[in-house]
Amino acid sequence: MTKNIDQKQNFLKGIIKENPVFIMLLGMCPTLGVTSSAFNGLGMGVATLFVLLMSNIVVSLIKTQIPSKVRIPAFIIIIASFVTIVEMVLEAFIPFLYEQLGIFIPLIVVNCLILGRAESFASKNNLWSSIVDALGMGIGFIIALTVLGATREILGSGSIFEMKFVSEDANTFILFILPPGAFIALAYLSVLFNKISIKTFS
Amino acid sequence: MEYIIIIIAAIFVNNIVLAQFLGICPFLGVSSKVSTSVGMSGAVLFVMTIATIASYLLHQYILIPLGLDYLRTITFILVIAALVQMVEIILKKVSPPLYKALGVFLPLITTNCAVLGVAILAIGLEDGSLLKAVIFAIANSIGFALAIIVFASIREQLELANIPEGMKGVPINLLVAGLLSLAFLGFTGLV
Repeated sequence: MTKNIDQKQNFLKGIIKENPVFIMLLGMCPTLGVTSSAFNGLGMGVATLFVLLMSNIVVSLIKTQIPSKVRIPAFIIIIASFVTIVEMVLEAFIPFLYEQLGIFIPLIVVNCLILGRAESFASKNNLWSSIVDALGMGIGFIIALTVLGATREILGSGSIFEMKFVSEDANTFILFILPPGAFIALAYLSVLFNKISIKTFS
Repeated sequence: MEYIIIIIAAIFVNNIVLAQFLGICPFLGVSSKVSTSVGMSGAVLFVMTIATIASYLLHQYILIPLGLDYLRTITFILVIAALVQMVEIILKKVSPPLYKALGVFLPLITTNCAVLGVAILAIGLEDGSLLKAVIFAIANSIGFALAIIVFASIREQLELANIPEGMKGVPINLLVAGLLSLAFLGFTGLV
């Protein structure tokens, strides 16, 4: 690899310019499925960051050994191994989160974000750039999921990170913690995100 | 009766796309035309049913007896990936018209989380049997088809609508999906 990548740009692109959720629309299933509270969103984001980071590291290290014809199955096996690790660790140490995230933990395997980064970045760049790329993308994903989860939790249950700030019998927009709320909240958040990023960067 | 409940629950009450958020990528990605969404639904029906049968048998007769239940995720995704390739090769040889209709959608299905999701959910069904798993898979793919075809029809109409600048593209589609999901919420309590 002779080309030099500006690591700061490389890191920031995942958070803003190529934000996986708001801009690239990658990994939408967990984004919509688990964000009924800020804590769930954060947990899912961290689990995904771990798998993304590890798979980017491994793919980048062994990229010259993998024949290009079987690279996709090879990437999938690498990703699936780390997902299995995450699944077992969560079940053993954070059973509460394991219950909450449910089916979406094994489904990290098919999160297009992870396979997408392995294919389009880690298999073409050196180890250090791949780590920075994974951190940027993963943190962008965490931010998106936590913000979406927090928005839904504030509107839907009147609390944030399980801390209630309205009285017990107050009426909240329960719609936002039900499935339709996920779509609606994400729709308006992406309008807002576009508006802010256009204003700041042009 | 039990099977009818599974079918109605999977299609309407717990719609795989609109209530469980599986298969959102193809739902948003290939729904700009009704014809392509019909093709995608056909491919999903086909692959989801075969994948569920294969992974159910694999889980029941190989993983459980050997105590390898924790390898579920890895084996299922490999089975699905291999199966998609195989279906593609067989279809090309056996039924060229069907291949022509579904061909372009097949590679996309490997990363469709609905297929893996249903395979995993199917082995977790209460007093499961192979027949139950198959019915569950077929009902879920019908649910997927219903959601994506209705959504595509609305999107075709949206082409002509006057949408505010900031809402164009993704946000308006998400909003439409939200309203559709709200409509499906009306089926809650049916079974």
